[in-house]
Amino acid sequence: MYKYDNYDQAIVDARVADFRDQVKRRIAGEITEDQFKPLRLMNGLYLQLHAYMLRVAIPYGTLDSRQMRMLAHIARKYDRDYGHFTTRQNIQYNWIKLEECADILEELATVEMHAIQTSGNCIRNISSDQYAGAAADEVVDPRPWAELLRQWSTFHPEFSYLPRKFKIAVIASAEDRAAMRLHDIGLELIRKDGELGARVFVGGGMGRTPMIAPEINPFVKADDLLSYLEACLRVYNRYGRRDNIYKARIKILIHEIGADEYRGQVAEEFAHVKTLGIDPPLAELERISAFFAPPAYDASDVEPDRSDPDFAVWLDQNVKPHKQAGYAIVNISLKPIGGIPGDATSAQIDVMADLAEKYSFDELRVTHAQNIVLPYVAKRDLYAVWQGLRDAELADANLDLISDIIACPGLDYCSLANARSIPVAQKIATRFADMDRQRDLGELKLKISGCINACGHHHAGHIGILGVDRKGVENYQLTFGGSGAEDVSIGKIIGPGFDEDGVVDAVEKATEVYKALRQGDERFVDTYRRVGMNPFKEAIYG
Amino acid sequence: MKLLTGNELRSGAVTWWTGNGWSIHVEDAADVGEHGEAILHAEEGARRVNAPYIIDALPTANGPRPAHIKDRIRALGPTVRADFSLKPADPAAGDWII
Ligand code: HEM
Ligand code: SF4
Repeated sequence: MYKYDNYDQAIVDARVADFRDQVKRRIAGEITEDQFKPLRLMNGLYLQLHAYMLRVAIPYGTLDSRQMRMLAHIARKYDRDYGHFTTRQNIQYNWIKLEECADILEELATVEMHAIQTSGNCIRNISSDQYAGAAADEVVDPRPWAELLRQWSTFHPEFSYLPRKFKIAVIASAEDRAAMRLHDIGLELIRKDGELGARVFVGGGMGRTPMIAPEINPFVKADDLLSYLEACLRVYNRYGRRDNIYKARIKILIHEIGADEYRGQVAEEFAHVKTLGIDPPLAELERISAFFAPPAYDASDVEPDRSDPDFAVWLDQNVKPHKQAGYAIVNISLKPIGGIPGDATSAQIDVMADLAEKYSFDELRVTHAQNIVLPYVAKRDLYAVWQGLRDAELADANLDLISDIIACPGLDYCSLANARSIPVAQKIATRFADMDRQRDLGELKLKISGCINACGHHHAGHIGILGVDRKGVENYQLTFGGSGAEDVSIGKIIGPGFDEDGVVDAVEKATEVYKALRQGDERFVDTYRRVGMNPFKEAIYG
Repeated sequence: MKLLTGNELRSGAVTWWTGNGWSIHVEDAADVGEHGEAILHAEEGARRVNAPYIIDALPTANGPRPAHIKDRIRALGPTVRADFSLKPADPAAGDWII
């Protein structure tokens, strides 16, 4: 894990002090809401339906048990005893009081956490593969690069007022677990003839105009990467559509001028930027990388005893292969049947922290699917970990199944929403509660957003659900065929929308069509891609 | 009828204009008629409310019912956490929203 140096700590502490003063001035009437709003947003504080909402950054989704316990403590002391983990690997608190916000940030700063750049038109929290450092298929650990980008982008003066928000993801495996190509910039670290570098994809995104990022450069040498990214952002900063908020994301710029033109402009800018010497010296890279050295593995390779059937199902569904023999990656589902996707109570957060400290070299990850990962669990400890999770109601064995639903807060909490997302997720999960039925359906990624902003990644769902407002009544559109993985694609709307129960029925009918038509070990999305929309439409609307 | 609503500045809690002050209960909300804008500016200026706005509502025997579902959810609380709604003891309270 990266540890703050004095400089990191000083800027975070200074920001807390600034914000405390700004809140005081707002409450005293020295500044208006119009003046205060951009300041609070710079510190992750939104005003939502029922209260203020605070979004806390979890850089590349990595945290230690001390930080995790702090998240539980904040939920307990300042919120209503729970938090919501998000698709951007962050956490949101829904019931924050303005007058306590500076205290919260001060407490977070004691464990090297903050809410900086979780809102506004800046480079947001860098996201990454939740299995980084543990994945059997990774070329290199992407976290040192994510950390380097964090340092580069934090308070970057030139990129604090971009045309629009900017999201970057870094992965280092052919399997994409971070929806990399649906980011403004997606980086895939690769080796070419032994040399480390990155494939650079620019101009992806979701929202009202979903786009898959085209490849802008097939190989940027690691030594040039920061300069290259600087050039990518400079071109955007100069030409991005500041005149129209709906066209201001970089995806629109690249769509309008074309990938070739953008690539050419970046190359020109890069030739200049490279002379500025912003790429870090090797020593700095090594300093950062040292924080991410592999833990002191010491377990021998023993297979766990599978005689407890519930444990065996969980092993098969939620536990993934590790690059180190004797170890495994544990996924903790925050998707209990009928629960709220991504929510965890303070007590549950503490349990996960304790298990990480005891069994996972003190480390946890947040996933973009709103789950938690223990990245370094010895196989001999898997049963004990499972028991600990089970006792805290955290042992749902539904990873990547139909009930492992991504859902944004929707109209239950969000002031931008058109419809509620959470109740739809609850009804679908409850309809498919039977584990055998879910497992028979196999990998099926269902994602729900309460409005076109697509925070719930519906465009990337094998089945996507979008809430719309039809003359003041909640209505739900269904899309099929999206994916946020390496087979990235944008889902297509299948037809007229449904009410809440209607959409649950339609999803069920779609699964029946899949079961009737699937061949071999095709997943839902594979069958859909092979047979097309019609059989599904006939079953649903026929 | 027209209602004036917003959030408390310090706590962020949803509030409703009652005619002479603010209440967290929509039942207490008063029809502001044509005076909404004037009250809104005065109250916002005095920091007794944050992010105020005026909505349409229907008068009912149990008090005003906001015309839009969003404001009905604001009035009661998240439908998925009845325990955090203003009527945690009434399991049917959520029906009022739909
Ligand atoms: C409740 C407060 C929230 C607000 C006001 C909000 C607002 C927005 C807006 C306006 C966009 C569209 C941006 C654009 O298209 O330019 C957006 C996109 C997004 N948000 Fe949120 N959001 C909220 C909560 C969340 C949550 C809870 C998550 C995670 C579950 C999330 C994750 C995302 C993601 C992944 C995108 C898509 C990024 C893209 O367009 O490329 N947001 N959000
Ligand atoms: S998708 Fe819409 S409803 Fe859902 S959290 Fe984002 S802005 Fe809110």
